[in-house]
Amino acid sequence: MNHLKKRKIINLIAISVSIFTAFLGIFWLVFIIASVLIKGLSALNLSLFINDPAPPGIPGGGLRCAFVGQAIITVIAVVIGVPAGILGGTYLAEYGKDKRISSLISTLADMMMSFPSIVVGVFVYTIIVRPMGHFSGFAGSIALAIIMISIIVRTTEETLRLIPWEMREAAFALGAPYYLVIKDVVYRGALKGLFTGVLLSIARVSVETAPLLFTSFNNSFLTLNPNQPMSSLTVTIYQYAMGPYPSWHRLAWGASFVIVVFILIFNLLGRWVISRRYDL
Amino acid sequence: MRSAYKKKDLAFKNLSYTLALLVIFISLAMLVVLLVMSYPAIQKFGVINFIFSDAWNPVKKVFGGATAIYGTLITTLLALIFAIPTSLGIGIFLSQICPDKLKRAFSLAIELLASIPSIIYGMWGLFTLAPIMRNYIEPFLQRVFLPIPVVGLLFRGTPLGIDLLTSGLILSIMIIPFIASISRDTFDLVPKELIESAYGMGATKWEVIKDVILPYSKVGVISGIIIATGRALGETMAVAFVLGNDHTIHLSLLKSSTTISVALANEFTEADFRLYLASLFYLALILYVMSFTALGIAKFLLRRYSK
Repeated sequence: MNHLKKRKIINLIAISVSIFTAFLGIFWLVFIIASVLIKGLSALNLSLFINDPAPPGIPGGGLRCAFVGQAIITVIAVVIGVPAGILGGTYLAEYGKDKRISSLISTLADMMMSFPSIVVGVFVYTIIVRPMGHFSGFAGSIALAIIMISIIVRTTEETLRLIPWEMREAAFALGAPYYLVIKDVVYRGALKGLFTGVLLSIARVSVETAPLLFTSFNNSFLTLNPNQPMSSLTVTIYQYAMGPYPSWHRLAWGASFVIVVFILIFNLLGRWVISRRYDL
Repeated sequence: MRSAYKKKDLAFKNLSYTLALLVIFISLAMLVVLLVMSYPAIQKFGVINFIFSDAWNPVKKVFGGATAIYGTLITTLLALIFAIPTSLGIGIFLSQICPDKLKRAFSLAIELLASIPSIIYGMWGLFTLAPIMRNYIEPFLQRVFLPIPVVGLLFRGTPLGIDLLTSGLILSIMIIPFIASISRDTFDLVPKELIESAYGMGATKWEVIKDVILPYSKVGVISGIIIATGRALGETMAVAFVLGNDHTIHLSLLKSSTTISVALANEFTEADFRLYLASLFYLALILYVMSFTALGIAKFLLRRYSK
């Protein structure tokens, strides 16, 4: 009987530890989100969005250039990365589905997803920034597009594989060529999945900092020209938080607030799309 | 008509094939670029010599990677030490203990933890966690551990909060969601019959977990840990804020240090002569090889596991 008691006590301890760790995870989440929201909310005002940075010491100022730069860099990355990723993933799932090379590409893309993004920055610096002779928003977009492609290739491949083969056969039977079958049947059926992959990849790259450090760099003036160094929210947070001025810290918290809210909304949106897909 | 379709289909196929090949091309091109750019440093310092030399002195034009490699490995190791027990606990909780009603909410919370940008982790670490470490936790650790011989060496120095320990802690919070969700998924894959029969024999919940679930899902959990290791090795922004950038090797965990990625982030745009830049590329090459190896092992294990 004593032995049984001992086992029960050990069981109780182990289960309690496990519950404790789960709450520890929640604790970190709440801790981080709460401190960003509390400190960020006090830095949030209209000036953050409509003014450009003021020189240190002068009150006011905002991060208009960073918001605009971030948007431009991300949009160009989407324009390059999404079609390339979807088409690449299409090859893996459709034309080359039994080929050896497809599983190699798939594995590589999977690995690239967790690859140190700073190495991507170093790479793009060498092949684009150095030959061009200056930092540019465009180079930043390419760095982000490289990260995006690997994510979208994988999500596209997985989604297209879920589409039943019979659906394609039905279209083949009507005499449709494969590319039209892909375009009108496969893509249409997989639309929500593809959308989720794109959403995920945007959420991921729009908060990347390391690859932008040596590519789009920074710029304290508003620019709409992607051929110039361009400010982004994340690099600005890095610079401002590391800087010595309290006013800079405030702006950095304001920007962090915007990013965290953006990420939470994006994630919940993605989840909502996924849940709708499975509820159908 | 038919041949027009054929042509278009071929064009579409070739286009998608080219873009799929882009993935191979990019990973190879990265390796080639890193090799070519770091060549002057490889030539000058060699491989073994560079890895084990702790001289990083741009003024004297001598470079060695040992300090950055040491910092990378120690912060990663600390992160794993903190993260593995916690995330296994979370995985067990989510798959075996948590009531179904709360499961979704808990999983969502853990996954949101994964989606918080690393720059936010870094900033939170610098302004929120570092002061707490400096004022409360590190002085406490010193009071406990300093009198103990050998272990005390790890806690020497003035607690500043900007150090290896804080960096390791932040990294661990970042990788917890990865290990936790992979272990939850593999725990869920354990056949129900196996678990039921163990319960049928009168095993307690913990015994079922320890003797049935953990051994059964060993490979999955290990590969999850390796993937997380890959993440921790290359993580830049979260660490850049709270590690300083100090190219010296300290035994103490309460000293600032540097990692490969932090050195890159801080010095890359400042490297003003060829050998300096080449040495940084050399570090990036080492990071590339380390993470590729880690991720490759994880992939290999997972593939064998799923067969």
